[in-house]
Amino acid sequence: MADHATDIEPPAAAKELSLAQIALRNRGVFWGGAVLVVIALFALIGPWFVSDPTALNPINRLKPPGSNGLFGTDMLGRDVYSRVINGAQVSLIVGLFVAVIAVALGLFLGLIAGYIRLMDALIMRLMDGLMSIPAILLAIALISLSGATLTTVIIAIVIPEIPRVVRLVRSVVLTVREEPYVEAAIAAGTRIPTILMRHVLPNTIAPLIVQATYICGSAMITESILGFLGAGIPPEIPSWGNIMSEGRTFFQLTPWIIFFPGICLAVTVLAVNVVGDGLRDTLDPRIARNMR
Amino acid sequence: MTRYITMRVLSTIPVMVLVALFVFLMLRLAPGDPASVIAGDYATAEDVERIRQQLGLSDPIVVQFVRWVGQLVQGDLGTSIFSGKPVTELIGQRIEPTMLLALTTISFAVVVAVPLGTIAAFRAGSLLDRFVMLFSVSGFSVPVFVLGYILIYTFSMTLKILPVQGYKSPFTEGLGPFLYHITLPSVTLSVIFIALIARMTRASVIEVLEEDYIRTARAKGQSEMTILMRHALRNAAVPVVTVIGIGIALLIGGVVVTESVFNIPGLGRLVLDAVLARDYPIIQGLILFFSFVYIFINLMIDLSYTVLDPRIRY
Repeated sequence: MADHATDIEPPAAAKELSLAQIALRNRGVFWGGAVLVVIALFALIGPWFVSDPTALNPINRLKPPGSNGLFGTDMLGRDVYSRVINGAQVSLIVGLFVAVIAVALGLFLGLIAGYIRLMDALIMRLMDGLMSIPAILLAIALISLSGATLTTVIIAIVIPEIPRVVRLVRSVVLTVREEPYVEAAIAAGTRIPTILMRHVLPNTIAPLIVQATYICGSAMITESILGFLGAGIPPEIPSWGNIMSEGRTFFQLTPWIIFFPGICLAVTVLAVNVVGDGLRDTLDPRIARNMR
Repeated sequence: MTRYITMRVLSTIPVMVLVALFVFLMLRLAPGDPASVIAGDYATAEDVERIRQQLGLSDPIVVQFVRWVGQLVQGDLGTSIFSGKPVTELIGQRIEPTMLLALTTISFAVVVAVPLGTIAAFRAGSLLDRFVMLFSVSGFSVPVFVLGYILIYTFSMTLKILPVQGYKSPFTEGLGPFLYHITLPSVTLSVIFIALIARMTRASVIEVLEEDYIRTARAKGQSEMTILMRHALRNAAVPVVTVIGIGIALLIGGVVVTESVFNIPGLGRLVLDAVLARDYPIIQGLILFFSFVYIFINLMIDLSYTVLDPRIRY
């Protein structure tokens, strides 16, 4: 986002700063953001302070929380607490990257669809088709074809998210292009790329920030579901989904192996969604009115 | 009206063709050699070649596409690599639990969410309203399988009133055992729907309550109940039905996960088994099947607007 802002012109950057200030006054944004900062700190610094998440300790396997590490141990005697701390990184990386990539690609396609009539029908029909394929199945198919790595998982989650962004951007563009100042710009002979960058793009920023937070939350959930189904990030990486997937077999004996990462994931996604709701209320009155 | 219905029905064709094209290209354009990915890490060169032949990957791409569409039109979704059975036959064997799970989930969600959303809208700003909104944000934030395990832990392991997993068919084993086994999976899967539908119902009813005809109804002294039932809910129905349609995509994803948590032998489990066995034709066939179901349900929902809201005339 910041890149775009500096690309455009100083007034837009100043406006964004004030948007951030307004947003932080919202209770949801403030508290959700605070929780996310704490989680991000744990994810960044935490791994330095815990034991090796992949260290095996067969003598101490399936130990309850407290006796052996804060969250107990799994079936191979690995420290669940250490694995959960390390898994936070994976979830945050996936959420962040999916949100940024999906928004960037969706923005690009949406601007084209909204502004160039010829491309509109083509792009929107493609998006309709893509939206008809259930996201999880699409992701599973993409991963099972190209092999499971962090990159393919991110790509597989991004693709089904793009149509929603395209639709959003296109609807904003269609509204903005009828505005008098855009018509004036056209009349003055401004070239299309300039109009898009200078007049249309700034209008999409607020709704896109809101959309990005929701995509971030749903991407983290999708990642955990893929991991849980055994179709996600390779099992040797301790992601929250993978930890829970490994905890399934022994759930009736050791439910905490699923509960601890599950609670962490739920709290993280909840914080992201609360920030999203707060941003929506403050930044985007148009959607806020509809969703109130 | 007839014209609209015909146009709307026909408009599903390009979307279905696009879905077919996507699914077709996905296998062909995947980075690397799909045949060797599907064959797995321990496959010999012969295995890879056999799979390549089975999927018809060695023919020119145009020939592949024509053959694939020809098969699709005849209702052929492909053949499983490992069992050698047609995918449609496998779907037929597994469809009952999935359909019944989806039906019970949607019914339960609507029965709970619509009154919840309506009351929240009617008492907007109250404690109950805040609770409904909190529930709806949380509902989106907990992955369905975590919720499933929380419910299993509470109702099956601690209280011991419901089974941990399994499925009983209502047709062969009776309604009682069916309901006994389907309750937990349905409740698990319906939470996200309740969140979605309650939120939309609330927003929709709040908007309707600001309309002039509601004020008129109040002015002529109609009871709040009559206003709610006769004026507000009927007019708020369209967005609510729309959101149910959008939710079908969520439901399909949720079914895969829920069936795996509760060990239900449905289509979701079929997907998962296919992923583990790298049986790509099954995955591909099921994607097509679920996408067509999604397109069909949304078609039905679009057509239902004409019945739901007499103002909508095409």
